[in-house]
Amino acid sequence: MSLFAKIWRTPAVTEAVGQDPEAQVAVVARQIGERARKLFGRSLHIVEVDAGSCNGCELEISALGNPYYDMERFGLHFVASPRHADCLLVTGPVTRNMAEPLKRTYDATPDPKIVIAIGDCAINCGVFKDSYAVVGGVDKVIPVNVFVPGCPPEPVDILRGILSALDRLPRK
Amino acid sequence: MTGYLLEISQALMALALAPGLVGFVRWWKARLQGRRGAPPWLVYYDLRKLFGKEVVISKNASWLFRFTPYLVFSSTLAVTLLVPLIAAPLPFDRVGDLLLVVYLLLLGTFFLALAGLDPGTAFGGMGASREMTIAAIAEPTIALSIFGLAVGAGSTNLGRIVAQTLAHPGAAISPGHLLGFAALFIVMLAETGRLPVDNPSTHLELTMIHEAMTLEYSGRYLALIEWAAALRLLIFFSLLANMFAPWGVATTLTPVAVSVAVIALIAKLGALGLVVALLETRLAKLRLFRVPELLAVSFVLALLAVTSSFLLR
Repeated sequence: MSLFAKIWRTPAVTEAVGQDPEAQVAVVARQIGERARKLFGRSLHIVEVDAGSCNGCELEISALGNPYYDMERFGLHFVASPRHADCLLVTGPVTRNMAEPLKRTYDATPDPKIVIAIGDCAINCGVFKDSYAVVGGVDKVIPVNVFVPGCPPEPVDILRGILSALDRLPRK
Repeated sequence: MTGYLLEISQALMALALAPGLVGFVRWWKARLQGRRGAPPWLVYYDLRKLFGKEVVISKNASWLFRFTPYLVFSSTLAVTLLVPLIAAPLPFDRVGDLLLVVYLLLLGTFFLALAGLDPGTAFGGMGASREMTIAAIAEPTIALSIFGLAVGAGSTNLGRIVAQTLAHPGAAISPGHLLGFAALFIVMLAETGRLPVDNPSTHLELTMIHEAMTLEYSGRYLALIEWAAALRLLIFFSLLANMFAPWGVATTLTPVAVSVAVIALIAKLGALGLVVALLETRLAKLRLFRVPELLAVSFVLALLAVTSSFLLR
């Protein structure tokens, strides 16, 4: 009963996501098709692929589900299978072992789909650059639509990246 | 003629309401977790999106895999014609009774388990074996818990049972009804994949039951399966609401009675949705090996329901 008393006392703690001119928001590398944007306007199912990340980005991504960031209010939802997904969220430099699984995951995802690379490593391998163990950025293996820089990027930046890709960022 | 029209509009209404019901439960859960949550109508957008997407099928999959979504969807839709959602008795009461409802639901489960096995993925087989374990214990309880009411009404016809309870309102607080309600409620949680048995919002394949079988589906096939799962939730909610507390169900086909019935149904579904959301906030998932114990409890409750209504007849 004390649980429900606490729920009753606590209001919804979700914070609003606004545009932040200071933040270096996502760079849209490849435009997302009008049809995909229309289709994903309200509902986007995401599957997360760790291509060799240090798990720093994963911590920030898993924060998206908590009550503060609550990405579900935008219709964003994590799913378990690439077959259910509309969007691949790829983190980390692509290691040699993960290059093939990443490509297969991309092929297993039904069209239309978008790919978002999260973190500096996913863009240019970050601190792992030129290591013998990595193939390169995510762009080397599969086509990327959006890059979200940061090491790791803040949850709110990831949210901005996804929403600006869909052209759904709330206007001020 | 009006009866048949009503049947069809009842099935269409169930189709239209089902995704909203799932979204409503999710919205309540989000509010209870201190989140804003997705609006209840998000599920409609999900379905529209899935229908617009490409279908990717594993090259190991056979015709069974492609056929199953249609079968699951149509068998579940057929059940909505047999369950008294807004009016009783209905013309289709002559076509099928309680047993047909139970076996149509089981048919969908069976084919979904086969389709989980078909593409040969590890998680699909795991989900299928778990679903069958649960279905084998849960399915008889559905029939048995409503048999408790059937003994009182002298018929397994769902419409007849509703009419009987409406004629004798005192029966609704008889031990047979109350025990049967408790039994069916527990089975509803198991059969629709709600929390103490299965977690509808999990992303961890190892703990999945229902979703593990559908991991290989995409596009319109996935949409059909998700829509059928939502319909299943609505069917179980309305069985709980209308068999055990049938007030509001229209017995005459006047516009006033029917609109009252629709409003009463939506109110009952909303109340049950809130109860399920509260339960899911409070309860943790049971260990898989403890699930049969929970289901055995519900079976015993159903057995007691039948016995007591037989003795107190």
